[in-house]
Amino acid sequence: MAVSERSAAGKKSPLGSELGLSSDDLLEMYRLVALARAVDERMWILNRAGRIPFVISGQGHEGAQVGITWALEKGKDWIAPFYRSIATCLTFGMSPRDIMTAQYATASDPSSGGRQMPGHYGSHEHNLVSVSSPVATQLLHAVGLALAAKIRKTGQVAMTIMGEGSSNQGDVHEGLNFAAIHKLPFIFIVENNGYAISVPLARQVAGSSVARRAAGYGIPGVTVDGADVLACYAAARTAVERARAGDGPSLIEAKVTRLTGHSSDDQQTKYRSEEELAADRSLDPVPKFRAQLVEAGILTPDAETRIDAEIKAAVHDATEYAEAQPDPSPSTAMKWVYAEDWPSETPPPWGLGEHAEAATDAAELPPEIAD
Amino acid sequence: MPLKTFIEAIRDGLREEMTRDENVIILGEDVGKKGGVFLATDGLWADFGDDRVIDTPLTESQIIGTSIGAAIGGLRPIAEIQFADFIHPAFNQLVSEAARLRYRSNNGYSAPMVVRAPYGGGVHGALYHSQSVEAFYTHVPGLKVVIPSTPHDAKGLLRSSIRDDDPVLFFEHKKMYRSVRGDVPDGEYSVPLGKAQITHPGSQVTVIAYGLMAHYALEAADRVADDGISVEVVDLRTLRPLDKETVLDSVRKTGKCLVVYEDNRFGGYGAEVAAMVGEEAFDYLDGPVTRIAGPDVPGVPYNHVLEDWFMVNPEKIANAIRKLAAY
Repeated sequence: MAVSERSAAGKKSPLGSELGLSSDDLLEMYRLVALARAVDERMWILNRAGRIPFVISGQGHEGAQVGITWALEKGKDWIAPFYRSIATCLTFGMSPRDIMTAQYATASDPSSGGRQMPGHYGSHEHNLVSVSSPVATQLLHAVGLALAAKIRKTGQVAMTIMGEGSSNQGDVHEGLNFAAIHKLPFIFIVENNGYAISVPLARQVAGSSVARRAAGYGIPGVTVDGADVLACYAAARTAVERARAGDGPSLIEAKVTRLTGHSSDDQQTKYRSEEELAADRSLDPVPKFRAQLVEAGILTPDAETRIDAEIKAAVHDATEYAEAQPDPSPSTAMKWVYAEDWPSETPPPWGLGEHAEAATDAAELPPEIAD
Repeated sequence: MPLKTFIEAIRDGLREEMTRDENVIILGEDVGKKGGVFLATDGLWADFGDDRVIDTPLTESQIIGTSIGAAIGGLRPIAEIQFADFIHPAFNQLVSEAARLRYRSNNGYSAPMVVRAPYGGGVHGALYHSQSVEAFYTHVPGLKVVIPSTPHDAKGLLRSSIRDDDPVLFFEHKKMYRSVRGDVPDGEYSVPLGKAQITHPGSQVTVIAYGLMAHYALEAADRVADDGISVEVVDLRTLRPLDKETVLDSVRKTGKCLVVYEDNRFGGYGAEVAAMVGEEAFDYLDGPVTRIAGPDVPGVPYNHVLEDWFMVNPEKIANAIRKLAAY
């Protein structure tokens, strides 16, 4: 990284300045990293307390997510995220309330109105494409968005994100091939945490590198330290510039760590040793980014106190808010199968159609006749 | 009114909608310079260029998945799957993604797109160029499924499908492309989705069919007319949503119902129609709801004797009508 190099004047440049990042930018990036972690930790507490049935976590991925997403233009570009993308969604405009109502599956959950499992985020307002559970399908949606951006000349960039396990799906090959042929403004992010649920990288990815696969498509593929927020930002910025210039797609593989089990239904000590888990904790992006900003004199004690208080209040507010939100009503459950309702397919009452009336009549007959 | 072949009507419909709306694009295998293996898109690449008529790699999942993303991005994609037999690699994108996008996002997103695919047998296409795949998709809420039988309906339904705000699967029987001709009005008209049509009024037996079978049902109705049997043919045109009222009104009138489909009999689309009639018109039935469909083998065999054995034809339908009428 160039960030710690000394300038020609022999004076150390302020952190991030070579990347065009101000101190305020860095503080906001830190706030997002720390906020995502705090929201995520609250989710686990709520799960263990029996308040929410399921958690799928982004802990360990936050640095890469904030650094990379920061390079895109909020409200203009597109992201097709995945189930660990809490920090991505927060950086692109979703609020802690939006994330927390998804955990509670409330009627007001903007991702799905309580229809999807937690972790399946999405917001049209914020150009975050709705997440589904089959993995890697979203890559093609981002490629399609990039195709639309190119044809309609909107200047938008479309990015998708998934884990290294998902990156083995056929849709990834089909989409990268198409995006590269047409030089689409598309960016493929792989958050490689070394595990596809329980199966380690060596059993998932031949050659151990997803980034090297980019060469087969004739596009750049780089590997970055996912705990290095500024390195992630720098790589994504390069990819965005390339996409906007019409030079085509890029692949970024961010090496991250998964600090939790795959989900709240997984016990990762069954397949990972205590030593490995302890070593992984040293790769946590949150303390690393904090130390970097403290050392640079950007995260001052006052700033940290302020940010910590903000985050604490936001997490508390989101939890209280989501707890109080009503469930969706079954009366709404037939809505939005299509844009319009289809009365022609309304099922007959009790499955009997016109016989419902006859059945009701029979029920009202005197017992001796009805028998 | 000009007389057009089935495929000419489809091509005209594509061209007119692309002219009307610059967001309409076509993508698929060989759809560009070649104009598609059946020439459905012939001439469109020359008229609309590389950006709007896109030759894709041999990647059906990508064709559908990219169309979903392009639809989210404001385009109106028309994806061509070269043969319906080859749509299966895209099943996940159609069923998990296109069909569920609106519902799972609580109307936050939708995927307005059309997937065109030639289907059906009787053309010496064997197991992998003859399949009827509609039952896989009519089962899935969130998808609409259209199967026209006339040039008029093909163009009118295609127009409605392109303008619809949800994903529409538009299956075209390939045997009809050049063998079926019909009047197609000049100028703009459309045929609404979800409306069946009575193509042959009658009083004694209702025959419900779609696609090529809608033609064979008409031929069968003519044959049994000589035996004094009056048949009402209902051409469904849209399979999902199903126009229950037109079907039920006809069965309530005739009291007898034969459902015809080319696909394998077991679990085919016609099974749902038969179940619906049995459930909702029981009091009016004067005989069992019966089906004529393809035999339950894994595909249409190639040899012409075997293919003839597989295919539903007017005579098989006529025989079934005679039996049902005599019940």
